[in-house]
Amino acid sequence: MAAEALKITIDRGPNAQGLQTEFEVPAQDNQTVLDVVSWIQQNADPTLSYRFACRVGMCGSCAMMVGGVPRWTCRTHISKVLDGNAVTIGPLRNLPVIKDLAVDMDPFFDKWVAAEGVHHGGLTRDDPIAVVDETAPARVEANAGIECINCSVCYAACDTVTGNADYLGPAALQRAWTLLNDAKDEGRVAILDAVSGNGGCHNCHSMGSCTAYCPNDLDPMSAIAGLKRETAKSFFKRGRR
Amino acid sequence: MSMTKGITSRAHPLWLAYILHRVSGLALALFLPLHFWVLAMAVSDPARLDGFLHLTEAAVVKVAEFGLVFLLAVHMFGGLRLMAMEWLPWTPPQKTLAAAATAVSFLIAVLFFMKAI
Repeated sequence: MAAEALKITIDRGPNAQGLQTEFEVPAQDNQTVLDVVSWIQQNADPTLSYRFACRVGMCGSCAMMVGGVPRWTCRTHISKVLDGNAVTIGPLRNLPVIKDLAVDMDPFFDKWVAAEGVHHGGLTRDDPIAVVDETAPARVEANAGIECINCSVCYAACDTVTGNADYLGPAALQRAWTLLNDAKDEGRVAILDAVSGNGGCHNCHSMGSCTAYCPNDLDPMSAIAGLKRETAKSFFKRGRR
Repeated sequence: MSMTKGITSRAHPLWLAYILHRVSGLALALFLPLHFWVLAMAVSDPARLDGFLHLTEAAVVKVAEFGLVFLLAVHMFGGLRLMAMEWLPWTPPQKTLAAAATAVSFLIAVLFFMKAI
């Protein structure tokens, strides 16, 4: 297998005039997409920009569009995504491209904060540590979403994000949902206000691309559905008061 | 832009269920004014309405009716699916539900079609 060459196309955007975009990369066993990109940068074109850190699917920094699908490249075998022996690798969708395969993640993280994806503590260091019941339904709901690695794959997969620049996106809304269900978090009103505004959970059309492509098998679509229910309940309750 | 070129990330059942729901809704919205216009003839011009109703015996109209019932069924089940998904705290595979909704819609449309011909 090692003798075979892979035909890799790198989508370097409209400013790539004169830059090489097609590369022949020697195929190897157990080769990830990130291995391929790294090979290109180390052996063919040192100017190629991309981003990675941990290489084991924990840091969430290496996500790219691979064959039109957002993926974590360090945990994606190239053999799984090849069309014949070719594939196109591009920067994540829905985020501004800095250069080549590196995107500006600022909008993604800004929305994380805008969705109140921050801890709203109610205790001080002098209080005893709160006991968390791992079997409580709310805790089970929260646990379902806490393994998010902020890779932005769901954000890149979402057509609602493409259509509405203000939409907070699946990852941020899912974090809001986990915090809403977290017994230690006391930001309920702030979270519900943040996720029910113009860019909030009600923009979601339940297309399900977030859930379909989450590399950690999380389910942001259902988390957003939970937010829709809670914001609606809270709306009717406030109306009665 | 090259970013929108070749987005294959839409090729999954839930996205297809979403687009089917939207397109069937649009098509039904376009059909409704025509529907009401024909119905209004019952009051304004009954003879012309009878002429119109004779058209329903034509094969092409029967095929169109099949499409109409399919759109109605698909839109109704798609809407029920969406409401169930968003209002009932279900976690199990919605994909199965979406596929089942489409299958039931198709079944109803086929039954209607068989009866019509």
